[in-house]
Amino acid sequence: MDSFIVISLIKVVVVFAVLMTTLAYLQWVERKVIAHIQVRPGPYRVGPHGLLQPLADVVKLITKEDMLPPYVNKPLYLLAPFLAITMSLLSISVIPFGPEIEVAGHRTYMQLTDLNIGVLFVLAVSAMGVYGIALAGWSSNNKYALLGGLRSSAQMISYELPLSLAIAAPLLLSNTLSLRELVNSQAGGIWHWNVLHGPFPQIFSFIIFLIAGFAETNRVPFDLPEAENELVAGFHTEYSSMKFASFFMAEYANMITVSCMATLLFLGGWVAPWPAEYGSSFVPAAVFAFAGLMALYHGANPGRRRDRYTLPVFGVVFLIIAAIFLLPMVQSWLAPLFWFCAKTGGILFTFMWIRGTLPRFRYDQLMGFTWKFLFPVAMVNLLVTGFLVALRP
Amino acid sequence: MDVILFLVFAVIAVVCAINVVVQTHPISSAISLVGVMGSLAVLYLLLGAEFLAAAQVIVYAGAIMVLFVFVIMLLNAGAETRKGRSLLVQLLGVPLLVAFLGLMAYFVQRLYPQSTSVHFGGFTKGGAKEIGRALFTTYLLPFEVTSILILIAIVGAIVLARKEGD
Repeated sequence: MDSFIVISLIKVVVVFAVLMTTLAYLQWVERKVIAHIQVRPGPYRVGPHGLLQPLADVVKLITKEDMLPPYVNKPLYLLAPFLAITMSLLSISVIPFGPEIEVAGHRTYMQLTDLNIGVLFVLAVSAMGVYGIALAGWSSNNKYALLGGLRSSAQMISYELPLSLAIAAPLLLSNTLSLRELVNSQAGGIWHWNVLHGPFPQIFSFIIFLIAGFAETNRVPFDLPEAENELVAGFHTEYSSMKFASFFMAEYANMITVSCMATLLFLGGWVAPWPAEYGSSFVPAAVFAFAGLMALYHGANPGRRRDRYTLPVFGVVFLIIAAIFLLPMVQSWLAPLFWFCAKTGGILFTFMWIRGTLPRFRYDQLMGFTWKFLFPVAMVNLLVTGFLVALRP
Repeated sequence: MDVILFLVFAVIAVVCAINVVVQTHPISSAISLVGVMGSLAVLYLLLGAEFLAAAQVIVYAGAIMVLFVFVIMLLNAGAETRKGRSLLVQLLGVPLLVAFLGLMAYFVQRLYPQSTSVHFGGFTKGGAKEIGRALFTTYLLPFEVTSILILIAIVGAIVLARKEGD
């Protein structure tokens, strides 16, 4: 019992630290990705390739003046950012990152806790997250904030329906609500993943899930709650300093949750695309070695003057990581973690890619799209899946 | 541990429930109601009904109350002004409340005279599987009747909403 508490505490600390770092650096990655889509270098001043930019941002946000406007509804105004960030960080506690591992004689799961209603837990927590945004908009006592909050809650209520229906279809295939068993039911290779697995491949519900996930996290092209040119900044207009930062972090944490859920539900979680006996465990090492060699090559032929010193360092770091992936004792847990992060990262990249590509919807288009198209399609998809699963011998 | 958690969340539920009535502003009342729903979900969880707890949060706290808050925000309802209480309320309010609570306690005592104390975590049939099985076998008729009732309500809502346009 004592070792259980100690292990759980260590896992909580590790997951929290990694999550916070990821949140900070996700923003750097997003700025870089969008910058490269728009053919500009992006953050480049603070540290090599702007790598210390998140640190500078954190310092800036903490040291800013924390304003409390006199006309707000004080208790709810203070409660809203707290609710938003708590609910968005809470759902990471049921996400499994990898299989059971053994560290210093203790067997433990790479997951904080395995609930047998894990999927419902994530849905419940994300449903509670709406309050953060709605209350922020209302309690600010500001027209723009109120409009942003109203838009956001209407949008989240509407898109929750196709989202839930899209989640229900792969659950029919896997026949469980536990996220760990969900992944175990998809083991064996890419053709066993729910997105491709028979009797009815869940490719449609995967796409519906992603679209509804974009709307749930208020991302482009559904970012009407914070449409700058109409609503100043939407629901967080009146927030400053760390209170603004918590909304910001909540948005990115929600993005991570949606990506993790898509990975677990449709893309087989930490399962490699093909079995290890055909060499899937060498893919991580190969990827990092290729990245390292690319960095070394570009360091030898630098495009910018500073690259001559920074890129070789990155190259050596990547080659060391590639070597670590080849060590047999860490491979058993590092390889699943790599596949989980690769799939989640791929979906996160899609988030950024779409932000750099698509324009914003109009509000009536947004509502019409979900009620007249997305919801019926999700319904038909669920019915067809249900029939085929019932007819399955 | 279970008893402590029960007491904490039972107290939160009762305090939030009282707060729903005491608050003058509709939004504050609605948020207190969310608190009631949330602590009830924790109580379900303590009793081993994890599916019911999740459904409670998703449906009541996450969907119905969000709609309440949304409508209150949309109508921009202001805080109520407290009117002076009438003489009847001042005289009879507290005695009637005490009488009502006494009657409730009496009926609970009469109906469940030797109720065995609840064992927290002793009940393990609250999973999604058991509830689904029960809904589609033992309680199939009530379940279907409820669905028709909800359908009628939806149709009624659409008819009422369309009336102005015609």
